[in-house]
Amino acid sequence: MVQIKRLQEDGIDTLAIIGEIDASSSIELDLSIAKSVGEGYKKILVDCGSLEYISSAGLGVFMSYIEEFSDKGICMVMFGLNEKVANNFSILGLSDLLHIRATKEEAKQLINELSI
Amino acid sequence: MSYRYNIGCSLSNLKGIREFIRTSLKDHDIPELELSAIILAIDEMCSNLMIHAHHCNPDHHIELRILEPHAGELVFEIIDDGNVFDINKFSEPNVDNLVHEKRKGGLGIRLVKSIMDKVEYINRDGKNVCVLTKGI
Repeated sequence: MVQIKRLQEDGIDTLAIIGEIDASSSIELDLSIAKSVGEGYKKILVDCGSLEYISSAGLGVFMSYIEEFSDKGICMVMFGLNEKVANNFSILGLSDLLHIRATKEEAKQLINELSI
Repeated sequence: MSYRYNIGCSLSNLKGIREFIRTSLKDHDIPELELSAIILAIDEMCSNLMIHAHHCNPDHHIELRILEPHAGELVFEIIDDGNVFDINKFSEPNVDNLVHEKRKGGLGIRLVKSIMDKVEYINRDGKNVCVLTKGI
């Protein structure tokens, strides 16, 4: 069960993920990112502070956008991952393919640097 | 003492599987990060089986057993009577290729093989038994 809240601020679309993402709920994440992209946002922050669990279904959603973001000049930075969630990303080596920062401030700084 | 859990093949039951494993193993002093990775691997195996062998039919059931930890080994059995979905027959996809092809699937098998030490398949009493072993 997952809930995704979106908040737009200073041209940045922030997606706050609350709960768990597994094979039953990864579609929610996919739809939220697709919506943000569809609305033309070039800067997307993903707040993982309340993300309690993620399986390969959710990891796959993030991965499936890497190429599209690169083609469209969209930057996505994730922040606030707890240790267990971060470990799931690093087991697959996805930490090197995605932009991940500890805090919202660091994530905002990076997204602004990357968007120049 | 072993632990058993019967589940209908609906993806909404994955959360129950994760809670079952966590509750069953809570007194076994498994480091939190390691336990979370093990839970992830079993979630991946069960969701694969539900999707590929049972087409998410909630009337089909699988059984998850956790055998009593012994000699530093944790053994899980996933029992069903669908078509065998043997992950050893699938090559692990290269992550760069998945990114390039914008594929969302294919990571689960890689996760399971990275986390568990051994994944074997046997037939017992006409049922498929997937045996997953992890040293703790």
